[in-house]
Amino acid sequence: MSTSTEVTTFKPEALVTGGKNYVNVNDDVSAPLERFPAKTWWICFIAAILAFSLGAVLAAQMFMDGLGVLGLNQPNGWGIFIVNFVFWVGIGHAGTLISAVLFLFRQKWRTAINRSAEAMTIFAVMTALLFPVIHTGRPWYAAIWLLPYPNQRHLWVNFRSPLLWDVFAVGTYFTISLTFWFVGLIPDLASIRDRAKNPIRKTIYTLLSLGWRGSNKNWSHYETTYMILAGLSTPLVLSVHSVVSFDFATSNVPGWHTTIFPPYFVAGAIFSGFAMVVTLLVIAREAFNLKSYITLNHLEKMNKIIMATGMVVGYAYSCEFFIAWYSGSPFERFAFINRAFGPYWWAYWIMVSCNVFIPQVFWFKKARTSIPVMFVVSLFVNIGMWFERFVIVVTSLHRDFLPSNWKYYVPTWYDWGITLGSFGWFFIWFLLFCRVLPVIAMAEVKGVMNLEEGDEKHDPSPLKEVPAHG
Amino acid sequence: MDNQTQAPHLAGVIGFFSDPHQLLHATEKVRDSSYKHFDAFTPYPVHGMDAAQGLKRSPLPFVTFAAGLTGCTLGFLLQYWTSVVDWPIIVGGKPFNSWPAFVPVMFECTILFAGLATVGAMFLLNGLPNHKRKSFDPRITRDQFALLIEAPVALEADRTEQFNESKAAEFLKSIGAKEVKSVYSEGWF
Repeated sequence: MSTSTEVTTFKPEALVTGGKNYVNVNDDVSAPLERFPAKTWWICFIAAILAFSLGAVLAAQMFMDGLGVLGLNQPNGWGIFIVNFVFWVGIGHAGTLISAVLFLFRQKWRTAINRSAEAMTIFAVMTALLFPVIHTGRPWYAAIWLLPYPNQRHLWVNFRSPLLWDVFAVGTYFTISLTFWFVGLIPDLASIRDRAKNPIRKTIYTLLSLGWRGSNKNWSHYETTYMILAGLSTPLVLSVHSVVSFDFATSNVPGWHTTIFPPYFVAGAIFSGFAMVVTLLVIAREAFNLKSYITLNHLEKMNKIIMATGMVVGYAYSCEFFIAWYSGSPFERFAFINRAFGPYWWAYWIMVSCNVFIPQVFWFKKARTSIPVMFVVSLFVNIGMWFERFVIVVTSLHRDFLPSNWKYYVPTWYDWGITLGSFGWFFIWFLLFCRVLPVIAMAEVKGVMNLEEGDEKHDPSPLKEVPAHG
Repeated sequence: MDNQTQAPHLAGVIGFFSDPHQLLHATEKVRDSSYKHFDAFTPYPVHGMDAAQGLKRSPLPFVTFAAGLTGCTLGFLLQYWTSVVDWPIIVGGKPFNSWPAFVPVMFECTILFAGLATVGAMFLLNGLPNHKRKSFDPRITRDQFALLIEAPVALEADRTEQFNESKAAEFLKSIGAKEVKSVYSEGWF
């Protein structure tokens, strides 16, 4: 019964539920680090190692026999490896978006998820980097020839090539993400150090935490650094996938040669990355009992972002078609009609269904807040976004200007096995991360616990009975 | 420097407070007192504490700016020198100094230099890494809010006499510390 004189106040939802206090945060988040891994962890870990081993064996065989063992042909010089590269770099982008962009927008709910999302970024970039390097067939050369250094051939790298921009963009992205992540970890590593009982554990975390002891003189510089890194990472993350899209957009292949690519790739990257974060967090909060910290509310917000970015991606799909028609170029028009109705029609419609149609269920709050629904949708989005890159790479290449040059591309089991291996590689790192580092940024969560309405700025009190202050 | 090999010296007196508000107000009182060397210790950054402590703004943004500018310039010079001076090759019919094509690498170098320099400068200002530093109390990185009044570090051996330990403890108690203890350190800050 509100009257006109009544003031309506907005009460923010609690970011941490279950009546937790500061001590609980440390105990709950550190618990998985301080006990012997459960059976499920070992099963997952061994499965990841087996998958990685399969990929490694196949890759070694590929180095001996040559790239002919892959499905690549003329004109399909790029295939599953490049699809995987773009897919994994894209996955990484959500981590930076959560840690940097949401930080700048003061989205306090990010504190529950930023640590694991940033970890995902780093491991995804490590996975992505494997592909262009092994795709050369001679990775031991590729790894150094990519860099500009004075050499006996007296040659420099080609700075006008987007492939070289990629080296700088992805290299910088990896370095800065790792730095940002580590800076965020320092206070939490100190927490782990201070509660460690085992002397070996104590020594390791003492070294890792660099001697942090929570001095406010240190916090002052620390917070400035964190803010600056967030500010630097934001344009960086946009540049990385833009540069990845230049690999395609600066060529003249119909279907690649479009100006929409940079924003379209960035939106797709955020979309797929958020889906991967949801997939991982739904499992992690269950496995490590972190439901009070990674709440349904947080997951719901991520689902909203998934739906929003999914529609941006859907808009890009339709825009591409419009521009292909509007351009008047018969090759452009053919490329897009061929994409949707040609030999790879199935890949195109898997992509559209998974990325545009399926996320629409998030219009309903029931779906947004249902763990099984969001888990399944996030898996579909991951599949859909993998197919998006497949559609871009393969459907554009397989039928270019000259019909005598057309050929269907079929990946071999080397392609698939090495792809599976990349998932193994990613999960090995992620599973190890869950065991040795705090998966939630404890210091940051403490800063946003039990925020009273209107208190965002000056009230960091953990207590409900806040004393009047002025 | 010899001090490090000797017995730990008195670093100061530390008082514990039950919540950040009390700490904030207590810090303001210390700031306005005659004690010049003091620091707050908290499990997370408490907002308003910099002002309560009378700290100036961190100079780090200037480091970021200078390093970013350096990175951008070096990124351009690397590309200019290799493409125009050392081995000019015509690529795609473009001029040797095709600077628009150099922008992405210049941008990435800007970010790389700025980010790493900022973190490096933060470590320098904070005296990290220093694995010999131990927590004054393991609870500080968990849930305790503490205020340290430092014993002035002088070169004289009798510096502890200049600093009245019990007086500082009394003062901390008078401004609301629920627990007070003396802390010893091997090499402070």
